[in-house]
Amino acid sequence: MDDLDRRLINRLQLGVPLVRHPWQALAEELDADAAQLRERVQARLDDGTLTRFGPMFDIERLGGAFTLAALSVPEARFDRVAEQLAAMPEVAHNYRREHAWNMWFVLGCATPEGIAQTIARIEAETGLPVLNLPKEETYHVGLHFPV
Amino acid sequence: MTSLLNDLQALQLRRLLEAGLPLAARPYQVLAERVGASEEAVLEQVRRWSDSGLFRRMGLVIKHRALGFRANAMLVMDIPDECVDEVGRKLGQAAGVNLCYQRPRRLPDWPYNLFCMVHGREREQVCRLIEQMLAENGLYDVPHQLLFSTRAFKQCGGRYAPPASQVAAHG
Repeated sequence: MDDLDRRLINRLQLGVPLVRHPWQALAEELDADAAQLRERVQARLDDGTLTRFGPMFDIERLGGAFTLAALSVPEARFDRVAEQLAAMPEVAHNYRREHAWNMWFVLGCATPEGIAQTIARIEAETGLPVLNLPKEETYHVGLHFPV
Repeated sequence: MTSLLNDLQALQLRRLLEAGLPLAARPYQVLAERVGASEEAVLEQVRRWSDSGLFRRMGLVIKHRALGFRANAMLVMDIPDECVDEVGRKLGQAAGVNLCYQRPRRLPDWPYNLFCMVHGREREQVCRLIEQMLAENGLYDVPHQLLFSTRAFKQCGGRYAPPASQVAAHG
């Protein structure tokens, strides 16, 4: 990754202007070539450094629902339960964390009822109680990683 | 007044945007061709969605681990209800805090109501940052825990647009 890659990734995390020629606008800002910027983004999407480039949707505004949930999974069953969750399209992320509640995941569903149904299904399929922690207040959302 | 998209075109556009913005010199022209509308109508629709808060920005999701942000900590705290808003707003502005939310306690299993996500390159650095943040805000003595992630099993964006049949049924 060179200096232009870094500047490009930092800049794109802030969002691009909603104009007909967004890459031209960025090229002028970064003193670079528009086609070259697109090639750089494509290369980073291809090598997996970037997950996606596009709008960052507010899930609630889409009528969808989101929650953070956790399971306390016995060590011997950890990988199996992780596989069960990975197979569910509603599970957007799943992390192991150092705690008795050792599996933390985000559920994203089209409706709030979908969340309740998915939690019920996880409890039925794993036999483990789910800690459901929907957000009550947002104080800050700013996933920015300066590279 | 620009003529906007019909329901089906709008849904198609949203689906296409969930996959990402095409990497083209004129991305809205590419999308317009795919939904059968004009570039102006597509761009205007996207601006309206942006203005109404449907999406926060047209930006980038980085795989933070691939870029060296391997230390990912969830700081959870038990803050008295009467000051959780004030503390949440303050910590939300602190350096290194990417997300800050209030969530419900689930007693007796889970006593914590304020969550901050902090990502960094090194675990030690994240610990120091959090200790400093707690000290500066007079929070060192509130019950808190730091949950570092040790493995990521799944990291992907969801799909949230309703099925086309729902729109057709209303259309």
